[in-house]
Amino acid sequence: MNRYIRRAGVFCLILLVALLLNAVRVQVFEAERYDDNSANRRGALARYSQPRGDILVDGEPVTGSRDSGGTLRYERTYAEGPLYAPVTGYASQIYGTSLLESAEDDVLSGTDPRLAPFPLWTDISRAQQPGGDVVSTVDAAVQQAAFEGLGGKKGAVAAVQPRTGKILALVSTPSYDPNELSGTERSVADTWNRLNRSGGRPMINRALKQTYPPGSTFKIVTAAAALDHRKVTDLDAATDTPSPYTLPGTSTRLTNEAGDCANASLRHAFEVSCNTVFARLGVDVGLDGMAEAAEKFGFNDADLKVPSTAARSVFDTDMDAAQVALSSIGQYDTTATPLQMAMVAAAVANDGEVRAPYLVDKVTDAHGDTVSATRQKTLHRAMSRGTARHLQEMMTGVVTRGTGTGAAIDGATVGGKTGTAQHGVDNKGTPYAWFVSWAKKDGAADPAVAVAVVVEDAAADRADISGGGSAAPIARAVMRAALR
Amino acid sequence: MTAPTADAPPPGLRMPGRRGTELALLAGAVLISVCGYIDVGLARQNAVPGDAASYGAGLAALALLGHLAVRFRAPYADPLLLPIAILLNGLGLLLIFRLDLETPADRASPTQLVWSALGVGLFAAVVLLLRDHRTLQRYAYVSVAAGLALMVVPIFFPAVNGAKIWIRVAGFSFQPGEFAKILITVFFAAYLAANRSALAHTGKRMWKLQFPAGRVLGPVVAVWLVSVGVLVLERDLGTSLLFFGVFVVLLYVATGRTGWIAVGLLLAAAGAAAVGVLEPHVHSRVADWLHPFASITAGRGASQLAQSLFAFAAGGLLGTGLGEGHSALIGFAMKSDFILATYGEELGLTGLTALFLLYALLVARGFRAGLALRDPFGRLLAVGLASLLAVQVFVIAGGVMGLIPLTGMAMPFLAQGGSSVVTNWVIVALLVRVSDSARRPLPDTAETGVIAGLGGTRSGASAPPYEEDDLPYGYGYGYGGGGGGDGGSPGGPPDGHAPHGRGAPADHDGVPDDHDDQGSRR
Repeated sequence: MNRYIRRAGVFCLILLVALLLNAVRVQVFEAERYDDNSANRRGALARYSQPRGDILVDGEPVTGSRDSGGTLRYERTYAEGPLYAPVTGYASQIYGTSLLESAEDDVLSGTDPRLAPFPLWTDISRAQQPGGDVVSTVDAAVQQAAFEGLGGKKGAVAAVQPRTGKILALVSTPSYDPNELSGTERSVADTWNRLNRSGGRPMINRALKQTYPPGSTFKIVTAAAALDHRKVTDLDAATDTPSPYTLPGTSTRLTNEAGDCANASLRHAFEVSCNTVFARLGVDVGLDGMAEAAEKFGFNDADLKVPSTAARSVFDTDMDAAQVALSSIGQYDTTATPLQMAMVAAAVANDGEVRAPYLVDKVTDAHGDTVSATRQKTLHRAMSRGTARHLQEMMTGVVTRGTGTGAAIDGATVGGKTGTAQHGVDNKGTPYAWFVSWAKKDGAADPAVAVAVVVEDAAADRADISGGGSAAPIARAVMRAALR
Repeated sequence: MTAPTADAPPPGLRMPGRRGTELALLAGAVLISVCGYIDVGLARQNAVPGDAASYGAGLAALALLGHLAVRFRAPYADPLLLPIAILLNGLGLLLIFRLDLETPADRASPTQLVWSALGVGLFAAVVLLLRDHRTLQRYAYVSVAAGLALMVVPIFFPAVNGAKIWIRVAGFSFQPGEFAKILITVFFAAYLAANRSALAHTGKRMWKLQFPAGRVLGPVVAVWLVSVGVLVLERDLGTSLLFFGVFVVLLYVATGRTGWIAVGLLLAAAGAAAVGVLEPHVHSRVADWLHPFASITAGRGASQLAQSLFAFAAGGLLGTGLGEGHSALIGFAMKSDFILATYGEELGLTGLTALFLLYALLVARGFRAGLALRDPFGRLLAVGLASLLAVQVFVIAGGVMGLIPLTGMAMPFLAQGGSSVVTNWVIVALLVRVSDSARRPLPDTAETGVIAGLGGTRSGASAPPYEEDDLPYGYGYGYGGGGGGDGGSPGGPPDGHAPHGRGAPADHDGVPDDHDDQGSRR
């Protein structure tokens, strides 16, 4: 019988070995897959078991944490929710994170390995690190000025420091209060549904994630291309352009809102925003030259991260001459984010160099020690230094005697460009009013700020006047705040 | 023990009882449990739990009670059995206490402590009162009658969570089927021990199988069928699988016929297929086993099995630490059927390996006792009880870890459940009893001489008198010659067990390969 007892014993042993092998399978080989399963709540439980790190503006946290005592314990709070929502985004137990809350989530939630003083030991002990802080580049006064400037209008403002690329303000209106998305209560889902159904689409970050036809503000790019390609060498020479201008290969006649555009000089055409001159210059430069110029400003770049990903601004690379002509005045299918247009203005103010825009100055651990700092860098040289100087002159002219006089500031040099973008079926939609500008305090070495403002429901419907009328005062307020 | 000659055992050689070892191991088991208890308190409340001392004292008192019973009435018993049981029970209490922190309104650890005390009390009672396991053989038919009755009773009580296996009396609920496991195993062992030769050597030969006469096989198959039938009615499929496994193992060990295993597996497959198709309850469990995440894809959230797998995965290699896991997400049954998930999450693969090794050790010591015993009933009883534990661990652990379809059963000693704890304590008591018999030296009187003489004639000049693997036990000087049949020692008699089963008249108790039954055949 012993033989059979032994065999039975071996059978039982095999059962236990099978259990062990299966345990290895589950706990070692499949573990990661199980950990990452969407229905596994352990990640969320760990994430909300401690207060989240804060996002700082001017050294002060604009976020906070509240102990709810629930399973997903610490809920996010926001000091001035609607004002900073386009910067911070939301951090919600139910709906996850967005914008900076999302881009810097590892640091804020404490899972970033760089936060651990002894990474290997932390891996073994599984000790959770307290969340780190994210120091943003946003200037509270500039942000506030932009938010107040937009007021009840639907629109966006992006402001950057031309020399560094620091984003000083990102504002989108109407905004929402991310406080209402924190927590697990029924009201969170109600708020979410209400915000998503709302016609004003308050959760869209218009400054960063929404593209608009840039309208006449795109003429800065066209002018830079024309000057760099030496299609124009003298700002004040007549450009030999008829008004109206018939688009090449078509019988479509392009007209101007402003007068005095026939054979106008580049300077004059820029100041009063003649469509005909820039359409023809775009055709002269050609598709390849225009696309190259636009891309040097940052168009067609889908990978721009600040660190939240910015929407891709588009200059089409497959067009006929008529389409190039329309694109050169910011119409057809040319689109840009407000941030992109702020980068355009900044490139002019910064003597032609486009600095990479960034929203996070540095990241610190819970003790305030720097974990990593953003390095400033040049994205491209958008134009030659000389061309940049010419454009500075022309943009200044827009503010002193052109369509953008509403942006002038005492004690500072201000350059600007107005724009009104037609859109909608047959261009019947209320045009978007644009104003892009930069400002430099008299006597200062560096320009203080470059701003792009877009107002979606501009009241006046008259060419660039609406850009000058609706958007320029907002830009002016933002620039004043930055010039302080 | 260096090979003593068969006819002249060294005078005064006494097998050590190893009771001191047992006491030391018990102290270790209690210490580990108390440390774990304190660890949970520190992890969850940053303080040593106020009742850590009383928990430790209670567990130590239970350990001591068991130890004293063994010391007085089973001095040669295997010193590992009781400490392993105490450690497992201590860990179980610890885990239930830890899970109670997640459900403050529904504390299970006090009840579990009462049941554990009852279990150890019963352990002591069995060890003290049952002087010789062979007594049980006499009550084979009483056992089976009582066992079947116990299994049938819950049918008259309302179902709890889909299974009709509970009776509720005065606020306490009890699963009588748990206890029936032991009674029916006793019956299987007794019946098969008595009818081995008839099962192995009579009856018709069909195809390649020797079918025993229905007269012999009938009763045991009937009992098995009734038990499984009742369990299927009660939807207790884990236990029916358990009965089946133990039955097949014992049949194989008793008759040595591999054919039984084949038949058993075929029957099991057919039965499982039938039940799987007919029972929606089972069908859904098989589906859940094959696709544990189907409910997630379907948007209904994670199933219990998926939650259990998540818990094990979260544990990884080293575990999250006691009290630091989230196995409470499993919800219902986290303290009973799924308690292993908490163990796996908080102690990791490392802890789980240690746990499985503890069970393996317990099972192995049962088999050891079975190998060493002289009477067929005792051998089959030891094997039956050991496989009962092994199959139970496999079925439940395999179920919650996605190896096999999930069937509701209790992890021995670990899981919440009074009937289970009590039953397992009785199993350990019986194993202690049989291991005591197995290791007890024979009185060195004429009896020794007779058996030694037998062994001497058998083993001849060249054969060592002891089977090598029996040496560690060193029991029974006269047992030696018996090894020849299994061990294949050159001088031993040819293995009389021929597959065709002819010849070999019932010399000893009928089965030729059982020369090792001398001790009881008097």
